[in-house]
Amino acid sequence: MKPLSQAVASVPPSGIRRFFDVAAQLEDCISLGVGEPDFVTPWHIREAAIWAIEKGFTTYTSNYGLFTLRQRIASHLKARYRVDYSPENEVIVTVGVSEGLDIAMRALLNPGDEVIFFEPSYVSYAPCVLFAGGKPIAVPTDYRQGFQPDVHRLRQAITPRTKAILLCYPNNPTGAVASRHVLEEIVRIAAEHDLYIISDEIYDRLVYDTEHTCVASLPGAAERTILLGGFSKSYAMTGWRIGYACAPAPIIEMMMKVHQYTMLCAPIAAQKAAEEALERGEPEVERMRREYDRRRRLIVERLNDIGLECVPPQGAFYVFPSIRCTGLRSEEFTEQLLWAERVAVVPGNVFGSSGEGHVRLSYATSLPKIEEALHRIERFVNQRRT
Amino acid sequence: MNSEKQKAILEILEQDARTTPEQIAAMLGVDSEQVKQAIQQMESSGVIRRYKTVIDWDRFGEERVFAFIDVKVSPAREVGFDDVAERIYRFPQVHAVYLVSGDHDLRVIVSGRTMKEVAAFVAERLAPLDRVQATYTQFVLKRYKEDGEVYAETEPDRRLVMAP
Repeated sequence: MKPLSQAVASVPPSGIRRFFDVAAQLEDCISLGVGEPDFVTPWHIREAAIWAIEKGFTTYTSNYGLFTLRQRIASHLKARYRVDYSPENEVIVTVGVSEGLDIAMRALLNPGDEVIFFEPSYVSYAPCVLFAGGKPIAVPTDYRQGFQPDVHRLRQAITPRTKAILLCYPNNPTGAVASRHVLEEIVRIAAEHDLYIISDEIYDRLVYDTEHTCVASLPGAAERTILLGGFSKSYAMTGWRIGYACAPAPIIEMMMKVHQYTMLCAPIAAQKAAEEALERGEPEVERMRREYDRRRRLIVERLNDIGLECVPPQGAFYVFPSIRCTGLRSEEFTEQLLWAERVAVVPGNVFGSSGEGHVRLSYATSLPKIEEALHRIERFVNQRRT
Repeated sequence: MNSEKQKAILEILEQDARTTPEQIAAMLGVDSEQVKQAIQQMESSGVIRRYKTVIDWDRFGEERVFAFIDVKVSPAREVGFDDVAERIYRFPQVHAVYLVSGDHDLRVIVSGRTMKEVAAFVAERLAPLDRVQATYTQFVLKRYKEDGEVYAETEPDRRLVMAP
């Protein structure tokens, strides 16, 4: 038979697959390897979706998404971040940020166009660029600099083929939040080289002891930025697959074309749920954020005690400690910890080579489980300290 | 320690009274000595009344019957309903007493080992009290949620064990 797609074949399979298979079989395994909230979607949101289904909201919607939802998204963003998007033609409701990212890449890239992103990064970025015919350019960030994006390295990575910079703050997997100052500098660089910015702000509501900076709100950013956001993390709605993209109308029009011919529209029940989330979800968002914050402080303190050094993450629900004291590589650490103590973590190298020497722990896990997992990790590390 | 931090301590203890001062200190980013002091101070001032355990007695296999009893009381000069309420709440089988608006005056929650025992308590102890004009008893058939605690199977964690 003829060979399958080269673009798809060139993407390596998921780096966590083999750990997943082991972890899924182990009894009594505590997983700190899950990239989604441990909370179930708040009841009022679930209830609103049930009501919508009962009332017969079972149809397609406008390709852009329900107008009422787009209005709420626009006014929510305006109120929080002082950014102006017209619900008419500058907002599109997507099937999660995942789809937003995909259609953004396909709307922006010509074959060979380069997209720069900072590493360690979410695992989908490079594949999404490749699927769209682009060339992913990873720029490493450093543990010692708190995984802040390094503008000097960014400048060095820019070539005549560079088309866009892809940002994700608060960051998965490091939990880093880029400072406003650095983000402003990145926007200036983008303007200087006429680059687009794709800003994945799915974790915007989960920041601790700091304020979220919406990239699109920075001077000179809006005209070249595609802002991606969603409901999965802030409202514990991962399974609903609902998000949004905001950008200047000509860009949205292009993304819309791809969306229209591939996805058609986001599921209507999820759109109704998202409306409810924006309308009345605020207290629940804050309740969950506060709970994550307490777990975060606890886990950071304990990990540092154990000797797995970490800088306190300022966002998302991940810690990304260094495992240097064990002398193990990320995958060795993960595999041995899984077998010896039945705790699942994600090896840092799956997020890019600069993640080597780290593991990702999610504190979207109940406190008693975190406690028990830390206890096991401590035992594990004590036996392997070099 | 500011009142916001004190409130946070209370919220954590309300969720799990066995959280140690060290854990609370880590969670709130304060010193554990400060947490101990704040807890002691809130204990002595009566903000923290005591520490209890939430028990599902049904699951343990112990039968417990609960009844809501609405009580009509004629109020008295000076004391209103307080004296009658006090005479009622001193009985150990009385779980809760509230003064309520509406058709009745007091709502009493009574527990016992059997319906018969509860019925006897109402007939022999409650109803004959001075100024108690009428009682209206409703037995609890099933408890779904109490004090914020849902008495059902806990929802399983449906997430995949690992996800990026």
